Amino acid sequence: MSTGKKLPTSAVSGSWRRGLAAVAVTVAAVLSVGTAFAAKTDITIGMQLEPPNLDPTGGAAAAIDEVVYANIFEGLTRFGSDGSVKPALASSWEISEDGLTYTFKLRTGVSFHDGSRFDANDVKFSLDRARADDSTNAQKQLFTGIDTVEVIDPETVKITLAQPNGALLFNLAWGDAIVLSPDSFDRARTEPVGTGPFRFSKWAQGDRIEIVRNDEYWGEPAKLEKATFKFISEPTAAFASLMAGDVDAFPVFPAPENLPQFEADPRFTVVVGSTEGETILSTNNQQAPFDNVLVRQAVAHAIDRKAIIDGAMFGYGTPIGTHFAPHHPSYVDLLGNSTYDPEKAKALLKEAGLENGFSTTLKLPPPSYARRGGEIIAAQLRAVGIETEISNLEWAQWLEQVFRGKDFGLTIVSHTEPMDIGIYAKPDYYFQYDNADFQKLITDLESISDPDQRSELLKQAQTIISEDYVNGYLFQLAKTGVASANIVGLWENAPTQANDLTAVYWKD
Amino acid sequence: MSARPSGVMRYRHMITGGLLVLTAIVAAVVSFYWTPFDVTQLDIANKLKKPSAEHWFGTDHFGRDIFSMIMVGARTSISVAIVAVGIGMAFGVPLGLAAASRRDSLLDETLMRINDLIFAFPALVIAILITAVYGASAINAIIAIGIFNIPVFARLTRGAALSLWERDFILAARVAGKSKFRISFEHILPNVLNLLIVQGTIQFSLGILAEAALSFVGLGAQPPLPSWGRMLSDSQTMISFAPHLAIFPGLAIVLTVLGLNLFGDGLRDYFDPRIRRDSR
Repeated sequence: MSTGKKLPTSAVSGSWRRGLAAVAVTVAAVLSVGTAFAAKTDITIGMQLEPPNLDPTGGAAAAIDEVVYANIFEGLTRFGSDGSVKPALASSWEISEDGLTYTFKLRTGVSFHDGSRFDANDVKFSLDRARADDSTNAQKQLFTGIDTVEVIDPETVKITLAQPNGALLFNLAWGDAIVLSPDSFDRARTEPVGTGPFRFSKWAQGDRIEIVRNDEYWGEPAKLEKATFKFISEPTAAFASLMAGDVDAFPVFPAPENLPQFEADPRFTVVVGSTEGETILSTNNQQAPFDNVLVRQAVAHAIDRKAIIDGAMFGYGTPIGTHFAPHHPSYVDLLGNSTYDPEKAKALLKEAGLENGFSTTLKLPPPSYARRGGEIIAAQLRAVGIETEISNLEWAQWLEQVFRGKDFGLTIVSHTEPMDIGIYAKPDYYFQYDNADFQKLITDLESISDPDQRSELLKQAQTIISEDYVNGYLFQLAKTGVASANIVGLWENAPTQANDLTAVYWKD
Repeated sequence: MSARPSGVMRYRHMITGGLLVLTAIVAAVVSFYWTPFDVTQLDIANKLKKPSAEHWFGTDHFGRDIFSMIMVGARTSISVAIVAVGIGMAFGVPLGLAAASRRDSLLDETLMRINDLIFAFPALVIAILITAVYGASAINAIIAIGIFNIPVFARLTRGAALSLWERDFILAARVAGKSKFRISFEHILPNVLNLLIVQGTIQFSLGILAEAALSFVGLGAQPPLPSWGRMLSDSQTMISFAPHLAIFPGLAIVLTVLGLNLFGDGLRDYFDPRIRRDSR
């Protein structure tokens, strides 16, 4: 389901463009004489956010996975660029008739970057650690239902479930489910040791992380010898760094307004793909007056998604009516539940006894979808009588105040994890939606492996949260990738948080 | 004196400066009653329009009228700067007077060393510290800018007052039995007022720059209140294809600060008895 599309390039005529390209190629060729005509073997990837640490099993930040997933760390299964679940450290698996036992056959000849051998004990250690009571894993729900993990022999692991779970292979592909070695897991935050095609080399905090090719890799070796992740938070600096060639690719370029300039420049390719990022006006469901569904519904009808997508994202983004990725086969179009209708919003506020409106806080993290989207939403809410006090927060403050402290009325954030509708079943999650029916539905979902039944339940789940107006559902974040035109193999879409460099190389 | 501009030239500068400042003030005052468009009204369909008869300075990335935003932004800039200078004067001047009246006493030393301490910090760093701790808002920007104005006025007042304390007319007042407190306010203050006004205009222009800088980094006035600094910062990624987003707020800042400096220079010359005598 590759919904990523190459955008039409500028209006410059074809022959003229080819002429430019020819000039560019000539120039590039002349410049590369010094490197003996060899294609480049290193790459610099630009990222807006620096990861707080490098242990994907001990932090929720997307930036962690965007550096280490599939590059340094691997799990039993993994996501491909199209979002499909593929074998990784497990070469194959058998599922018992009752769906309760999964027997994984592990790859042989795999070693960790520190030289130690990978075997079934590492798998057991990692999974037991992730699902332990004192585990700090940010996605612990991925492992619920796992009863035991047994080592059959060094190359075989048996996972027994308390009840069938159709999503197990999918869950094990997450960055939060990667395999660590008991010898080096405690160093993962700063010096990750994994089994992947790249090994960690250096982290200059506040600037960049370098990884180098792992020549002992069990699978097809990476084509690049070295990769650098450079952290540039300012959109203007990001623009300049690409233009100057300091950065070769920005998988998620932070300023959508600059994309037309890159499109018009033959040195770059712009690929706009899909992400798993549901961008929502997250609402504190336990804070008055948002504990009243009428108020949440009023907010939903006060929002004009088109204005937000055009104004904040310069048109990049797909409207959503629920917390689900539109490119997923089980997506239900529920935009009709929250059409833009300020009059209806006012009527609903009146029905809730708030005809004079009310004021609340709108806390915005740094990305432009939040900062700009926040200004637009504030104006739209003001039009129906809801005053918002905007505060712009840095990520650390946002995590502290909003995500952990739950001290907010409204906030805007993009939930970039795949298939994360399950967060609505956690009453202590920051937006604090507490609905027993929904929680039961998600529990049922976990025990069902029949695809049709799962799809049906997923559709029901989407409908419940849409009709309960838990949050304001805005748009699916687009993956606005800008890269040097000679780079091949970067992901078009972002089915998970990752910058998988395994297959990336430079054209000659 | 050949190095000094002649009277007419000097007044021309002062008048130019005064007119620029007056324009900003008028724009700010008028904005309370009338702006061509409502600055809180977004019109995404009309975003990034070039300057035209309808939108004199064009529209920004949300389709807001830039001319209207600059008018309201003038209000933000000027009110922040005025209050900040006011805070500086209200605290700094009495402190300076008190320190001068007890020259070399413990009080003098303490006050001046605390002033040195505040003065030693780069002003913007203090401002960033305050807004970082207490949150970003126009009020906190005012307080932050006001605090670094205090030592400026305290030092200036003390320096000028110290030399006055040596003068005969002060001695006469002391002999007449007036307290140091009364002398400070009845005789010293009126004689340092000219200096304070000149310094006030300079600090005022610095205040406008500081407000713009704080807003630029997101620590000043918060949306939806327009501010020149934030308009500049919002325009950063769009300068290459919509330069009017940066040019007009940039010009507003430059012209207001230039105007204040010209006006302040003119005032200084006007109050300076030596120059006044020269030009007669």
